Amino acid sequence: MLDTLSTVYATIDATFRVSTPLILCAMAGLFSERSGIVDISLEGKMLAAAFAAGSVAAVTGSAWAGLGVAILTSIALALVHGFACITHRGNQVVSGLAINILASGLTVVLGIAWFKTGGQTPSLENSARFMPIELPLAGALSDVPIIGQFYSDVVSGHSVLVYVALLSVLVTWWVVYQTRFGLRLRAVGENPLAVDTAGLSVSRLRFAAVAICGGLCGIAGAYLSISQNASFVREMTAGQGYIALAALIFGKWRPLPAMLACLMFGFLDAVAIRLQGVPMPYIGEVPVQLIQALPYVLTVVLLAGFIGRAIAPRAVGVPFVKER
Amino acid sequence: MVNEPISTAETSVPAVASTTSDSRYAIELKKISKRFGAVRANQDIDLAVSKGTIHGIVGENGAGKSTLMSILYGFYQADSGDVYINGRKTLIKNSRDAIAAGIGMVHQHFMLVDPFTVLENVMLGAEEHALISRSATDARRELLRLSDTYQLTVELDQPVGELQVGEQQRTEILKALYRKADILILDEPTGVLTPQEADQLFEVLKSLKHQGVTVILITHKLREIMDITDTVSVLRQGQMVAHRNTSDTSMQELAELMVGRALTETNHQRSTPLPTDAETRIKTNNLGVVDEHGKTRLTEINLEVKSGEILGIAGVAGNGQSKLLEVLAGISSPTTGEFMMNGHEVTRDKPMGPLKMRQLRVHHVPEDRLKLGLVKAFTAAESSVLGYLYKEKFTWRGLLQLHNIKKMCARLMEGFDVRPGNPKLKSASFSGGNQQKLILARELDKSPEVLLVGQPTRGVDIGAIEMIHQKIVDMRDGGCAVLLVSVELDEIMALSDRIVVMYEGRIVAEVNGRDADKTMLGLMMANAHTGAAA
Repeated sequence: MLDTLSTVYATIDATFRVSTPLILCAMAGLFSERSGIVDISLEGKMLAAAFAAGSVAAVTGSAWAGLGVAILTSIALALVHGFACITHRGNQVVSGLAINILASGLTVVLGIAWFKTGGQTPSLENSARFMPIELPLAGALSDVPIIGQFYSDVVSGHSVLVYVALLSVLVTWWVVYQTRFGLRLRAVGENPLAVDTAGLSVSRLRFAAVAICGGLCGIAGAYLSISQNASFVREMTAGQGYIALAALIFGKWRPLPAMLACLMFGFLDAVAIRLQGVPMPYIGEVPVQLIQALPYVLTVVLLAGFIGRAIAPRAVGVPFVKER
Repeated sequence: MVNEPISTAETSVPAVASTTSDSRYAIELKKISKRFGAVRANQDIDLAVSKGTIHGIVGENGAGKSTLMSILYGFYQADSGDVYINGRKTLIKNSRDAIAAGIGMVHQHFMLVDPFTVLENVMLGAEEHALISRSATDARRELLRLSDTYQLTVELDQPVGELQVGEQQRTEILKALYRKADILILDEPTGVLTPQEADQLFEVLKSLKHQGVTVILITHKLREIMDITDTVSVLRQGQMVAHRNTSDTSMQELAELMVGRALTETNHQRSTPLPTDAETRIKTNNLGVVDEHGKTRLTEINLEVKSGEILGIAGVAGNGQSKLLEVLAGISSPTTGEFMMNGHEVTRDKPMGPLKMRQLRVHHVPEDRLKLGLVKAFTAAESSVLGYLYKEKFTWRGLLQLHNIKKMCARLMEGFDVRPGNPKLKSASFSGGNQQKLILARELDKSPEVLLVGQPTRGVDIGAIEMIHQKIVDMRDGGCAVLLVSVELDEIMALSDRIVVMYEGRIVAEVNGRDADKTMLGLMMANAHTGAAA
């Protein structure tokens, strides 16, 4: 019985760790898409940020420096996306795709050139990473059955970036629904012409949104290379940017539901990891590939009909052309 | 004030470069010009509007009204000329400048964010505080005061997407007033309103005027100009051709100034009664449509159109007329009931597509010409064979017979006076009126036995309207059964032998075309008549 509980707690614990980059990216995408800019380059920005964090942390030995440069790198890419889509009204999907391809190639090329380890960055000392932190009283409470154990096993013991990710959901909700900036952000994604005639600058709002998106992707990337792992590995984002985008759509472009969707994907992933090599009753050992495919199969099934019609911000993907 | 002579083209103010001007005028324009490529949209426009008056600007589509107003609201920059607001020279580079100068604009297509509430829409861009809740408290207080002062009642916490058009328009006016506008410009404000809603709007405008607000009304409806304005200016082909005191002019004069020639108003109803043996070409029996969202769009539609008559369908836009046209044209199927189309029965289980309809000589001129009528990126020749490519003359063994297509298009263009008469031009580069003429030519050329027409003259110049009406009437006189859907009451009344009125997907009244009375029809369109169905 206690063993089962430990297993459950360990799975939930893993869920949070796996979901963190998804949640950060989903919030990033929320800002961008709510402003009317489609962003499939979450993936590329996150990858570039992961590389930047890994490199800088390896060179300076400081996780915080790594995080800072990761955020700046990702914002820079976001601004490139903005320059193409907002200033020059380019196709948003093409621009996003270009950034993904750029990030995928450039990280490996620079990695080989700088570190000569086949595209990886050097392994980091623990001091150069964001390590799990013990919350106060975690040790003392771990003996209290169920609740205390939950606190010490699940709530405590994560890297600071995991807490940042959860906090980002609340902050996103507050910004989008409670502030003037949020009101304008939602308006510009629905009807940019209305925003323009109200005397506001559509491009300034959209650039702000895209930059915030970049910042959040940067944190997600840094988490991958200097917190969850101890170095950058080529293609380490492995499609999580796209999964985050799917979660955003599941959540109908709202922060809390999007977070729940991310947690669901994270949970499936955590379960998949746990099920590997474990014989199942009646079925026997399930092939690893099948389990790993589970989250994606579920994505298709859910997208195909279980979530109902998702109504996107009306102006998403449409360049704003001011003419009558 | 009303009788005071306004600055006219002939007696225009001397063009001295100065930063101030006569401060009796809320708006004064001097020699405004704007060109787009080779098109001179505005040419040396002079205009002066006295404070606290209602000034009308009339002109045909493409006369340059919208360009002029866009210059005033900062969408465009004039190539030359000056704008004076309250006597001070003002540079308006964008909407922010316009708002700061006290100009408010109610656009023809509302600038509203549908999922937002009225309150949020009004606040947007004019929020005092960084937090919504604090701005909202202030905005609510101010809005209640404004709606009290001007009888502008709107439910503040409704999402605007769920409001009636008239309420959405009031939201737009509130938006302008909330920004402390003392000059209010309305662009074609009554196009989407019932006559009663329009009257309500005019009451609001009058009360605004009494509070000292200057109102500029842009419209092509002369009756409105006569009813409500103090002064009026006429635009024709980018130039101001006349300024008048409304009390000194007439609809006839204004119409002729707009078009640049004399016009004759005609009624086109049949002069002789329909022969008793006239064949029934369309007959619907309890036709009903429930759309994919489960919303009832049409309920128990029973109507009949005979050979040699025009049945007009009146109603405020969005009351099921479009759906009815769609079903009759075979674009979508009825969910209940059935209809006979030129001798063939159509039901949900026995649908009939547009191609089959055409082969039955049922032809359709769709309401939205850009969505359903033609392809903007195609040449006129390509658009002129849409729907008829199956004919061997146009396609032979899968290959387009371009020569035949162009020849036919050139013939259509000549017959319907489509200008410019060049089949190789892109469909998009024709004006709305000429696009419409091309589509009409394409369908009428096949000598239909049933003609379904939606909004035949939407966005079409007065000159072209006459011709389009004549062509439709010619069809009728040739024995065609015509079903006409239009939101323009004048059009319905000028053409229809019989009129049915639709309201919320039902037919609520039927009247004889000759006996139709505008007020009565207006009440029927709002379903406010008391069983007056004739």
